[in-house]
Amino acid sequence: MANRNFVALRTIWIKECTRFLRIWVQTLLPPAITMSLYFVIFGNLIGSRIGQMGGFSYMEFIVPGLIMMAVITNSYSNVCSSFYSAKFQHNIEEMLVAPVPNWVIIAGFVGGGVARALLIGIIVTSVSLFFVDIKIHNLAFIIITLILTAVLFATAGLINAIFANSFDDISIIPTFILTPLTYLGGVFYSLSMLPELWQWVSKANPIVYMVNGFRYGFLGVSDVNQYVSLGLLIGFNVILLSVAYSLINRGVGIRS
Amino acid sequence: MFALDIKGLTKTYKSGTKALHGIDLQVKQGDFFALLGPNGAGKSTTIGIISSLVNKTSGEVNIFEYSLASQMESAKACIGLVPQEFNFNQFETLLQIMLNQAGYYGVPRSVAKPRAEKYLKQLDLWEKRNSAARTLSGGMKRRLMIARALMHEPRMLILDEPTAGVDIEIRRSMWTFLKAINEQGVTIILTTHYLEEAEMLCRNIAIIDKGVIVKNTSMKSLLATLNVETFVFDLSENVSSLNLSGFDYRLIDDHTLEVDVHKEANLNTVFEQLTEQRIHVLSMRNKSNRLEELFVRLVESGRNPVTGEIANG
Ligand SMILES: Nc1ncnc2c1ncn2[C@@H]1O[C@H](COP(=O)(O)OP(=O)(O)O)[C@@H](O)[C@H]1O
Ligand SMILES: [Mg+2]
Repeated sequence: MANRNFVALRTIWIKECTRFLRIWVQTLLPPAITMSLYFVIFGNLIGSRIGQMGGFSYMEFIVPGLIMMAVITNSYSNVCSSFYSAKFQHNIEEMLVAPVPNWVIIAGFVGGGVARALLIGIIVTSVSLFFVDIKIHNLAFIIITLILTAVLFATAGLINAIFANSFDDISIIPTFILTPLTYLGGVFYSLSMLPELWQWVSKANPIVYMVNGFRYGFLGVSDVNQYVSLGLLIGFNVILLSVAYSLINRGVGIRS
Repeated sequence: MFALDIKGLTKTYKSGTKALHGIDLQVKQGDFFALLGPNGAGKSTTIGIISSLVNKTSGEVNIFEYSLASQMESAKACIGLVPQEFNFNQFETLLQIMLNQAGYYGVPRSVAKPRAEKYLKQLDLWEKRNSAARTLSGGMKRRLMIARALMHEPRMLILDEPTAGVDIEIRRSMWTFLKAINEQGVTIILTTHYLEEAEMLCRNIAIIDKGVIVKNTSMKSLLATLNVETFVFDLSENVSSLNLSGFDYRLIDDHTLEVDVHKEANLNTVFEQLTEQRIHVLSMRNKSNRLEELFVRLVESGRNPVTGEIANG
């Protein structure tokens, strides 16, 4: 039984990885290009005029946030589009009919999203090395934050896909919620630059904690307490994974 | 123990449609079983519930020694499903589809690879193994779904209208294949509204209409209840009159004769009488599909003449 689940999990995970590698022009290339542009424009051209932020060069300051941004959007969109297309083409039924426990289905899809996010994290980090020497303050913190964030947004993408009934439905949340929250999540600026009111408002944005937690791992500085960040990340993961599990168990969007 | 044992199964869809009104169904191990009924009768709903694609409203399903409710994974492992609609990833190759399917059932790669080759070859798809599924013809896609369903060598194969939209030649080769699989001991359940198909393949049959099982019996005894068959004779000469004693007959035109033959009557006596009258028969065929007639009769007799409702049982 345990062995059967392991084979099934590996199958789903490899299938997911094969999918995004096969369409790498859509999945891996765009973030590499976008992030390079950010590095060139914000980091190099504009950054050199901005001077220091939080005690570091602007380039050093934005690199962790940009990696995080790529991880967030890619883990989300990978699972969201893959799961939705499996629903749309009905091949999700292959797994629903087979003796695959629901947690294995979730782990397989989320694992695929995490794999893509980590690969892109590596690509973006490698690109950034052309522009800046990366400092590492606390590697374990970096890795834990990275993985927890990737799992979180992969799960969020899964929940989005479970409810989606059209291709519009899988682009609404990324466009109208995820992108604004990411841009306002302190990737490009330190919260301390904002008026006090907006600092408080920003602290309601979960992405602020992820970006800052991640930045803490690199630079050792953060707008919020890094352990609060970690705690929130774990908490959100528990909540979203439970929601996803309950939705799949009840067959929402996949069983009539 | 039955391969499939269904008790009091009901289904009401969220839309309010009552698709199943408490059906009971038993299929013996090793059987070749037909679930026959018109469109919308509830065949796919029944199969959807058995294969856990549809949530039941109430009732009980047992698959071999397992309860679908409490031993879901063991029950699922016994079933190979060939659904009514194509449901593979159109962008994957046949080989990927086959190997993934094996993986979902926990079949290790080393076993899955030769097995995929075996079934793709048996279903005449091996040449296409590296093509994307979307490039296949309709008949090939149907065969791919059969091959896929066999990847974990299930004890029971369930096919929902497997030959819909498949031309007659391929249909016949699929029948031969399914018969061979059944002879190896695999229980087969298929739904169809091709009546000939059920007659050709199945030993036992249930007839479903509007979510109610109206008949559940052996194919033989079902056919035996039909005791009159109409044959159409094409005659070589212009015939203006003839005489057949012991038979009801009609001369449709001067080349065509219709004769009603009772089950116990001897067809030879028709030929003898025709030969005596120097009338030669060029060819002969069944006038109507007997099962078709039978089906209409069963459904009509079960229907309350006033309300049009089907009586239970
Ligand atoms: N997903 C669904 N939602 C609502 N009604 C459905 C759904 N699937 C089937 N039905 C209805 O249930 C009834 C039985 O359908 P089905 O089981 O597909 O019949 P069959 O396979 O015998 O043609 C029909 O009235 C059909 O319209
Ligand atoms: Mg159907």
